[in-house]
Amino acid sequence: MPVIDVQFSALPAHVRTARLVASAVARRAGVADRVLDEVRIAVGEACSRAVDLHQRYVPTEAVRMEISDDRGRLGVTVIDAAPGAADADRDGIGSGRYDPASIAESADLAAGERPLDCLPDGFGLAVIRALADEVDITPEPAGAGTRIRMSWAVDGVS
Amino acid sequence: MDLSLSTRTEGDRTIVVVGGEIDVYTAPKLREQLIDLVSSGNYHLVVDMENVDFLDSTGLGVLVGGLKRVRAHEGSLRLVCTEERILKIFRITGLTKVFPIHATVDEAVAAQ
Repeated sequence: MPVIDVQFSALPAHVRTARLVASAVARRAGVADRVLDEVRIAVGEACSRAVDLHQRYVPTEAVRMEISDDRGRLGVTVIDAAPGAADADRDGIGSGRYDPASIAESADLAAGERPLDCLPDGFGLAVIRALADEVDITPEPAGAGTRIRMSWAVDGVS
Repeated sequence: MDLSLSTRTEGDRTIVVVGGEIDVYTAPKLREQLIDLVSSGNYHLVVDMENVDFLDSTGLGVLVGGLKRVRAHEGSLRLVCTEERILKIFRITGLTKVFPIHATVDEAVAAQ
């Protein structure tokens, strides 16, 4: 069961708040300092991704974050309500690994307005996968939205 | 904590000193700064990240965008960073192969 269940409007300013909440719970749960940074960054990535999707598809809906600390693990789940299938490739859920070496070589000057336009699909999820001990990405049963569950060992041993 | 930005020139290099948190909220400010610098003819940038407390992929996207912009003018974008927790995100994303990362501003300015 979640210890903390937060909902926030899909605005970039609130992503920092979500990071602070998650790192406060992580610290209280006994997560090691080294791991706290991983929690902060991974939670930030998941929330940034959710806010970005909400702003494009369901701007009035809130993003949800559930945090639990049971059985020696800290779990943070970020749930968006955006239609997932259409974005499978952009999120990297359905695509392969990205190639970092190709990023700066690309002739595409990324004329898009959003910073993430400069990065290949799946970049944020690759960061999450690298930082969390375990990551589980599942579509929401109702068909709209994605649930990203990240967890870490509380004793800091990964 | 918000994002702080200041710039100065050393020879033909422009030093951008960044402090605070670079995330989805603050990254657009850094992006505008880099675009302004390139638009006004500054093609050799050194981004001093020694006072950055937090960096996520949005921030990395801005730096990659900056690199692409200066490269379009045969310029360069070098980073100054020694903080392990910031270096880590460059390492796990493979961007250490993309950006020259220096220990000091002097070293970055001296680099060709």
